[in-house]
Formats: sequence, C-alpha cells, structure tokens
Amino acid sequence: MKQWIIEGIRTGIKTTKYPKKEDTSPGISPGRPVLTEASKIDPSICPTSAIRKKGKKTEIDYSRCIHCYRCKDDRGGKLSWEMSYEWAYFTKKGQGPLKSSFQSSIHILVVDTGSCGACLSEVELLNNPYYNMHRLGFFVTPSPRKADILMVVGPVTHHMELALKKAFDAMPTPKRVMAVGTCAISGGIFTPSFITASSVSEIIPVDLEVPGDPPPPLAILYGLLILSGKMKPKRQ
Amino acid sequence: MLTTLIADIKNIAKEVKQSQLSCLPLLKIDKDYLLEVCRYLFHKKHLRFGGIIAEQDDTRRLYYLFYLNKDQKALMLEIEDEVSPRPIPSISTVIHGADWIEREIEDLFGIGFRGHPRLGDFVIHNESWGKTIKPMRKEFDVKQPLYKKAGIGPDFWKPIRIVEGQGVFAMPIGPIYSGPSEAVHFMLETVGEEIIRAKTRLFYKYRAVEKLAEGRSVSDVILLAERFSGTSAFSHALGFSLAVENALGIKCPKHILLLRTLICELERLRHHIARIEGICNSTGLCVATSQAGILHEELLRISCEFSGHRYLFGLANIGGLLKDISYDSCSLLAQKCTSLQKRIKRLEGMLRFSSSFLDRLEEVGIINPEQARQLCLVGPVGRACGQDFDLRRDIPYLCYDELNFECALEVEGDGYARLRVFFKEAKESIKIIKQVVDLLNNSRLDGKIDFNIENFKEKLSKKPVGISLVEAPSGAALHWVRLDQKGNIERYRIITPAFFNWHAFHLSTEGFAFQDFPIILASFGLSVAENDR
Repeated sequence: MKQWIIEGIRTGIKTTKYPKKEDTSPGISPGRPVLTEASKIDPSICPTSAIRKKGKKTEIDYSRCIHCYRCKDDRGGKLSWEMSYEWAYFTKKGQGPLKSSFQSSIHILVVDTGSCGACLSEVELLNNPYYNMHRLGFFVTPSPRKADILMVVGPVTHHMELALKKAFDAMPTPKRVMAVGTCAISGGIFTPSFITASSVSEIIPVDLEVPGDPPPPLAILYGLLILSGKMKPKRQ
Repeated sequence: MLTTLIADIKNIAKEVKQSQLSCLPLLKIDKDYLLEVCRYLFHKKHLRFGGIIAEQDDTRRLYYLFYLNKDQKALMLEIEDEVSPRPIPSISTVIHGADWIEREIEDLFGIGFRGHPRLGDFVIHNESWGKTIKPMRKEFDVKQPLYKKAGIGPDFWKPIRIVEGQGVFAMPIGPIYSGPSEAVHFMLETVGEEIIRAKTRLFYKYRAVEKLAEGRSVSDVILLAERFSGTSAFSHALGFSLAVENALGIKCPKHILLLRTLICELERLRHHIARIEGICNSTGLCVATSQAGILHEELLRISCEFSGHRYLFGLANIGGLLKDISYDSCSLLAQKCTSLQKRIKRLEGMLRFSSSFLDRLEEVGIINPEQARQLCLVGPVGRACGQDFDLRRDIPYLCYDELNFECALEVEGDGYARLRVFFKEAKESIKIIKQVVDLLNNSRLDGKIDFNIENFKEKLSKKPVGISLVEAPSGAALHWVRLDQKGNIERYRIITPAFFNWHAFHLSTEGFAFQDFPIILASFGLSVAENDR
C-alpha cells in the first residue's frame, strides 16, 4: 500500500484556488457567445433560437445555448466567445440562497432525469482532485432525507417524473432545487416532445439555474456557492 | 464468401430477391424462412449479428444486419410485414442478442413477433403510459404535450419476481442513486448474500431521439446525434455524418478523414480513462481514483484546448469538420497525449500489484465467450470475453486500414479482463494519435466541401439510404439514415453498443455477492444515455 501514499505525495496539490482566486487555466470552460454592439448576427443561425431579436435589439438567451459553436467566429459565425464560467443565476420565482446556518455543510442529492452523461460526468468531476468540493463543505448524499440541495440533471423525461417528485417531496425544508445544464432549464434540443418536459420548473419549483451544455465543473461549483449563500452572486 | 452464402440462402429460402442497399448486399426473403436463414448465418457460418432496423411508410419492413468482412462489410436481410394473420417469427430463439431489439420494435412500432417470450413494458414504461402509445408509427405526433392517462400510476407497474422460496427477498436499486449515477433500475433477488437473479430495467431516460429526428433537417439532427450520449458524442455524430455522406455519395478529402480519426481516438482515450477511474472508485481505492481522475480532467482540458469543447461537441459536420484545425494544434495534442502515456502505464503497473484491488476484480462478474457470442457483445466488454471483433480492424472506415495498431483481446471475461482491455485500448489510442499526426504532416490541410443539400436533388428523389458502421468508444454502433425528397430525415435508426452490452449485464452479476455489484457495474462501464437514446 505504501507505494500509493508515495504516489499521492509525489503528485502534489492539483486543486484549484477558486473561489479565493479566479481560475484561468486553459480548457476549463467551453465558453459562451457574447454580443458586442458591433456584432451583426442573423438569429436564424442558432438551432435552438438562443439568439433572438427583441424589437430592434438582438439578445442571447443563455438558458437555451447548447454550445453548437455555429455562431462562433472560427466556424463560420460572427460572434466572439468569452471563456467565463460564472454563469449561474437565481430564478425569479425561486427562494434565493440558503440561510447562513447551513453554510458550512451542505448535502446534495443528484438526480439524473435524462442527461446525456456529459453533465453528469461534470458533476462527478466536482469530487476530482482538481475541483474537490469537499474542501468547501459540499457533500453528495445518498438519501433525500438528508439533502439540502436537489441537483437535477437533464431534461425531465416522463419516466423519471415520478421519481423526481418523490425525491423532492422526501426532502426536509428548507430545501433548494438546482437545475444543471441547458437541457434541464429549457429542454435543449430534446423539446418540444411528448416524452420530455420543457423544463424542470414544470415539475418542481427551481431556485437556481446553471446554463451550459454541459456546464463545466467550476460553473456548477459557482452555482453551489451562491445557492448556499457562501458567496454573493456576481452581477451579470 | 458472399456468393456461397447467397447460394445457400437461396437454397433455404426458395424465393430470394437480391439487390443493393447503400453498397450493402440486400436479400429479400419470405418471413417463413427467416428463422432458418438466421440459424444458418449465425450458427453455421458464425457471422456476427448486428441488429434489426424497422421502417414504416406504406409498408412495414424489417432489415436484419449481419457483419461480414472488409470488402463486403455486411449482409442485410429484408422482411416485409404485411397485414396478415401470420406475425413475423421471433429470431430470439436462434440469436439471443435479438431479444431486446424485438422488444424495442414491438414497443415503438407495434410489430408483433411470434414466439417471443416477453413483449411490452420495455421502452415505454407501463406505469407511465400503459399500453396506449406506439411512438415510432408515422401517424404519432411527437410534439403533442406531455399528458397523463387516467388510471395509470405507480401502482400500475409490479416488478416481476422470479425466485421463490423461504427467505427470498428482492432488493430494488435505482433509478435515483447515492451519487451522480445515470438513471437505471435493478431488481436483485437474493436470499442474503448471493445475487440469485438480477433484472435490469432501462429506458428511464428515453428521449425519443429517433422520433425527434424525423422530418427535421440534416443540420438539426447532427446535434441530436451528438448530444444523445455525451461521453461518446463525436463518434455518434461522426456515425451520422458518415451515414448521410454514404446516402448522398460524398467523398471527403484525405486530411478530413485523418482529422476525424484523430478526434475519434482522443475521445476513446478519454472515455477509457474515465471508465478506469470508475473502476478504481468502485473498489474504494482513493489514491488510484484521484490519479485516474487527474488524467481524466487533463484529457478533458486537452480536448477543450484542441476543439473548444470539453466533450468534443460542435466539431462534426457533414462533409468535413465544423472547425478548421491546424497541424500545429494536432502535433501539440500528440505531444500532450504522449506525456500522459507514461502516467497511464505507471497507474496500470501499480494497480497490477495492489492485491486488495485485484481481489475485488478477479473472477468477479464473469461472462463466458459462448454467452458473449449469443448475446452479441461488442466493444471493450465483448473483447474482454473473447469476442475478437473491432470495426476499426475488421470493417475499416476513415483511415484505419492504413494505421498500425493492435486490438485488445482477453478471454477470461471477468472484471480484471475488462480493466486490462480498457488500459490496452487507451494505450493503443495514443499510438494511433501519434501515427495520424505523422500522416497529417505529409498531407495537405486544405480543400473543403461546402455541403448544401440543394445540390443533391437528383439523388434525393430516390429517397436514399445511408448506413455507417462506426466503432464508438463502447463498441460497434450502426447509424441508418433515410432521407426524403426535400433532404430531411425520414428515418433515423441508431443501434448502440450499450444496448447489446446492457442485455448481458445481468448475467455477470448472478451468482456473485451483493457487495460485488457496484464493482461489476463499474467494470462494464456502460452508458445508460447511449442505450436509452
């Protein structure tokens, strides 16, 4: 067994400094499009109508963006992309962050309701040495009875609706629901359909949304931090 | 070989119409002879069974695919399902691997199979829908809103219990897990320690991708093909692109083929490392999990720097790639992968001498080669049980016939064999990446195909079919595309490797202890999303 201990020490600390320091390592985020005043873009280029015209103005609805990159300047589009990851935002009908008494130990129940596996893999990577969410007091729990936050991943299929409702009902209050990924927020490319709901909020009330397809681990971590009240949301 | 096969089939089936379907030989036979012909192909000639494709327009047709060899690729049998009192015979008595495919077709199309032991409650779950819908039929509207039928609810579904006796109990697992796991349900029947009987219930995540694709444009559907299984996104998007290119007769320039090969192998490498991480995690070996996890995250970052996306989304395109990739970025990728090679080897070496780890994997979760053949196992799981079948070598596509690589093969069929296959293939992938970058150095990196569906009007008038066989990270995948006159998708069929492998999963758990279950599950490393579509 001792060779494993040596190997562990030899590897050193890989964990990100985030949230104390911003992480700017290459390859941590797929990025997202930004509109500048000069950018003229035809909204029809977007397959999920995330780019749309409102009156004379064009705007981007990030809750629909699936990172198809068709609007990006290096693939035939015109928009430049930013490499950010602090994307999460509170919903209008949601309850806001948890009270301070919960801040040091938050238990999360993860429910897969039809994800493609990428979002779920990113959630799994939160336990990876690079991100290590335990250091911030976040734990994945097996039981809804112990959970403070319900993390829903993927468009809600009709087959998973009942399981999701039961898990939500079994959670003690105060509780918060977090929709992770574009598919969970707006159905992504899987709607309109007879078998998937158009969003998680159609089934249970959602407090926080993390857009991205899939949102990178740091985006999910930022979401957890602001939902637990450990960090103040940055202005978008 | 093909001529003798066809001559023999003509002897068995009397009336045989021979034709071609997108470069594959197609034999139309009467359904009464189907069982005999399948028995001949599968048991006498030892061909591998590839799956069934159902199609419905004015008539309902079924296509049965058998893999052949490098030159002829595959043989297809066609059966027409007229409205008559004689339903199509089920071939699951001859080829056990066809069992689930027939259940799927019955659930989605309502095509019955004579002699099938159990139909219904498979893709479309009874507690949600009863027996009310057949979504793949043409008249079914995919956009109708989510609705509930009165009288259907959680009590409607009762798990089938098979084992009876004193002290027998059933242990349900899923669809919600203790950690970030995909939604799937297992019913384990036991008297205490040993799992006597396991049943897998899938399709909790059924998103009707094949139905959603119908009537939509090619550029829309490539997004679906890419996103139904995120961990093998590029391979499936590539499978779809190749199928459309096959239907329209598009030939890609050499450097595009090379770049696609490169990205496929990068994805395979990342997929396999993630599976190894899963196996280490299931055995509770923390440091090894962290080591594999670091490799996994680094590969994701390398992919992101190379392509822009951590899971290689937004790269595949019909007739090429969406993004121009320079030689410099490819050689940088090869360098980075080579630097990982040493660490992968070291991890493998250390795991091989960790006896507590090996104890959990060795002789656990065994599938023997005969079972594996009967259930048509593919991919790393199949290759760990003596199924020497790899599309990259046996029916090469892209540039694989020019590359020099070895296919992993183990015969034990236990968890450790699967781990060895994952390691071996990950190392081979790095070898391939290096070779491809060398080849790219000598070829020109320009020349683009501007794909416009309008240019193919003549071909589209015949409603062309395209078939592609692609070795996805988890095994052989088949993509079947039929285009309509406007160039939209009329039928899209994906036969995924996970579908065959999930079918066999329960066999590997039976007879083993409860605490082995998560380890067996991790050593299979199957994607539920890929199966459920």
